[in-house]
Amino acid sequence: MLALLASADFVRPPIDWHAAAPELTLLGFGALLTMMDIGWLEKGRKFAAPLASLALLATMIPIITLAVDGNDRSMFGGAFVVDNYSLIMKAMFVLAGYVVVLLSTNYIAEGDYWENEYYGLLLSSILGMVLMASSRDLISIFVALELLSIPAYLLATWRKRDLRSNEAGLKYYLMGVFASAVMLYGMSLLYGSTGSTLLSDINAAVSRGADPTAVVVLGVVLVIVGFAFKVSAFPFHTWAPDTYEGAPTPVTAFLSVASKAAGFVALMNIVFVGLLGRDDVVEPLMWVLAAASMTAGNVMALRQTNIVRMLAYSGVAQAGYMLAPLAVIGEVPDTALGAVVTYLVIYAAMNLGAFAVVMAVARKTRSAEIADYRGLFQYAPGLTVAMTIFLFSLAGIPPLGGWFAKFRVIEALIDANNASGVVLGVVVAVNSVIALYYYARVGIGMWAEEVPDGDLRRVDVPVSLVAAIGITAIVTIVFGLGFVVGDFTDVSLLAGG
Amino acid sequence: MFLNQFLLLAAALFCIGVYGVLVRKNGILVLMSIEIILNAVNINLVAFGSLTDDVAGEVFALFTIAVAAAEVGIGLAIVLLMYRNRRSIDFSEADLLKG
Repeated sequence: MLALLASADFVRPPIDWHAAAPELTLLGFGALLTMMDIGWLEKGRKFAAPLASLALLATMIPIITLAVDGNDRSMFGGAFVVDNYSLIMKAMFVLAGYVVVLLSTNYIAEGDYWENEYYGLLLSSILGMVLMASSRDLISIFVALELLSIPAYLLATWRKRDLRSNEAGLKYYLMGVFASAVMLYGMSLLYGSTGSTLLSDINAAVSRGADPTAVVVLGVVLVIVGFAFKVSAFPFHTWAPDTYEGAPTPVTAFLSVASKAAGFVALMNIVFVGLLGRDDVVEPLMWVLAAASMTAGNVMALRQTNIVRMLAYSGVAQAGYMLAPLAVIGEVPDTALGAVVTYLVIYAAMNLGAFAVVMAVARKTRSAEIADYRGLFQYAPGLTVAMTIFLFSLAGIPPLGGWFAKFRVIEALIDANNASGVVLGVVVAVNSVIALYYYARVGIGMWAEEVPDGDLRRVDVPVSLVAAIGITAIVTIVFGLGFVVGDFTDVSLLAGG
Repeated sequence: MFLNQFLLLAAALFCIGVYGVLVRKNGILVLMSIEIILNAVNINLVAFGSLTDDVAGEVFALFTIAVAAAEVGIGLAIVLLMYRNRRSIDFSEADLLKG
């Protein structure tokens, strides 16, 4: 084979620079940030956060020009595809990253830890997510997954002399690496039984025959279990509450939104492009994961006393809602894809907003206990209104964004027009009622109860946090008015031209 | 070409690795168990690749090796951090966060 390689003339595969521009922009700025750190050391500190925000805004430019251009682009034999679906997800990752930079600015600058590397790692993790949105091949999905996970392990361990931050990073690392190893074993089985790493070829190969072979079933199960860790679905969620509590709060917001969304994007790429012909294997698995995640997440969230842990368990339940449409991919693939994408975008806004308020309140109370939110309205009315919007949106109360997201999920489940879809729709509805209890409990405490220690000093909220809360609140409200992002593509076009 | 032998070897290594991750408490041994799983994957990929005469399997294995090196580098850094702060690398002692 070596002789063959040596004798062959190497022809560079054609590269569409416009299609790769978002990734290349992020890569360039990330490298610049790292070089600045090495060259200027402490002097570069004050430029790190502005440069990171500039990088993310600059990345939006090629994403917008690609969206205006509107052509679907495909490179490297279909391993890298740019279409409307991937552009929407890229824009979401970049904007979520921008809000996380806004959240981090004061928090990281006020801690006594090294600042420049933080933004370099954040950009590299976002690069992995942006790459994931375009990946249509097992190898590129794997590389994108590791590119987004490995910096995230370091970010969770950021406060390196704090035992709780160490433990958060350790648990995240162990679960993450174990999950990606299991997922890789599943990928190797899928590759072996289909003879290709390209998802569209895998779909063609697994669709053959009425019944799936045992190797294909094992491969599908292991791959989906691997991503279930990433999206913190029950019973693979055990790392999430501990990691969220121990990691720095901006990193927690990043993990609970961007990293979870990236897991979902990978899952959607694999399920909709690679396994659509084997929906008889995928659907029952997704049904069980969805029902178990929403029920277990909500029940465990009921007894939490720490708001970050409560949001972690609520995130497990939200992952369940987002997995639910994947249980009907065989019947209504387009509606299911639209429902998951809509839910992801709205979830990103409302959850980032909730974490922004948690950070703002913690600047005064230095605590994340739910008991310390009592009487918030008396000294921080603006924050109380914002928190109420985010919590009610997470609970799915109309006319906020979370309501529209849940509506799309239930619509997809009912449209499937079979017993399993309808039953899962009922499970979603029942769970929304359970979830309302713990979201409303925080709300009632904020509005109706007295401040525990009678301390009515106002909360000092920096401009960047106000901007973050403002952006996320506007997105949460606007999407509730029925602004549709879901109907943008047809599943059959995802594999690229 | 005897594909079965390679697949059985990989499956056995995979099981040993999963057992090690779940049961071992020593940080270094857990990292070694993860490496064993990743090497089971590499054996699978190379065996399948040479069976079908497709270069993608070998390429995938090279990517796995490179990424595994980065992953274990981070893992050793976290174990070292834990040793500095606690003078122990027993993972079962990390139990400050629960509930």
